[in-house]
Amino acid sequence: MNDQHAFTMDNKEIIAERTPLKPHEWVNAHADYLYAYTITRVNNEEQARDLVQETFLAGLEGMHKFEGKSSERTWLTAILRNKIIDTYRKKTKGLKILSINDTEAGETEFFWNEEGHWHQEHWPAHFGIDNIDPLVNKEFNHILQRCMQKLPALWLSVFTMKHMDDETTDTVCAELKISASNFWVIIHRAKLNLRACLQKNWM
Amino acid sequence: MNKLLKILYNCRKATFMIEKRMVKPLTFQENIELRLHLVTCGVCRLYIKQSQKIDLMVKQILKNTPPANIRLDDDFKKELKVRINNELNKS
Repeated sequence: MNDQHAFTMDNKEIIAERTPLKPHEWVNAHADYLYAYTITRVNNEEQARDLVQETFLAGLEGMHKFEGKSSERTWLTAILRNKIIDTYRKKTKGLKILSINDTEAGETEFFWNEEGHWHQEHWPAHFGIDNIDPLVNKEFNHILQRCMQKLPALWLSVFTMKHMDDETTDTVCAELKISASNFWVIIHRAKLNLRACLQKNWM
Repeated sequence: MNKLLKILYNCRKATFMIEKRMVKPLTFQENIELRLHLVTCGVCRLYIKQSQKIDLMVKQILKNTPPANIRLDDDFKKELKVRINNELNKS
């Protein structure tokens, strides 16, 4: 690279360019971070641990591909993200066709079967989430995370994918290989249950 | 039950359309049905507000640095270090 090019890059990039990977320090430097990243997206501790381990091993194998364009942590997180999406894909594989009219668990507890009206005990009520910032209010953040963890793995996968990056529904459906109608049924069920869980535990 | 009453009572379908509408435009018919429903259903109007807020919060959490109080257990970390060192010594 010629000097002039290096000169035009901002400082951050120059530092990253000069920072080699330090795999001996990966566990101390990144293991907790990557684990926490995973557990907010995968509701299974054992699987989360495995994913962190696989990420480090894949990182070791791919070290020669590290170009120093991002920080070591960003690079490892990108590997991990792909691995998480792989697990989502496994969960959505072979999914049968879901319909809003299914009588199985997920939404029936909230509504009367025939006309679909809310059961009165499940009516959404004001419970003061309007002004909460979960990044400031740790207690609420904790409840929200716990409620997400309670969702069935498949729903959490689809729900998380929807909110993780600003990807379109089409992209999410394509990545998870699910139909648009299944996507909506799952999002609806996940949201109904998440909302109810928050109301129950925060009120 | 006539068709109008069906729409007015069906909160299950209304919440489904609410979720969809937050991402993409509804069909003409869906749109009319949902609007009709919402005129009379305060509970679903509240649901809209809460659902939007939940989406915002979940996005914030996923985009933010994961919570520092969640830690990987030490034994597993030790094993990981050994594993990584072994791999490094191989090459």
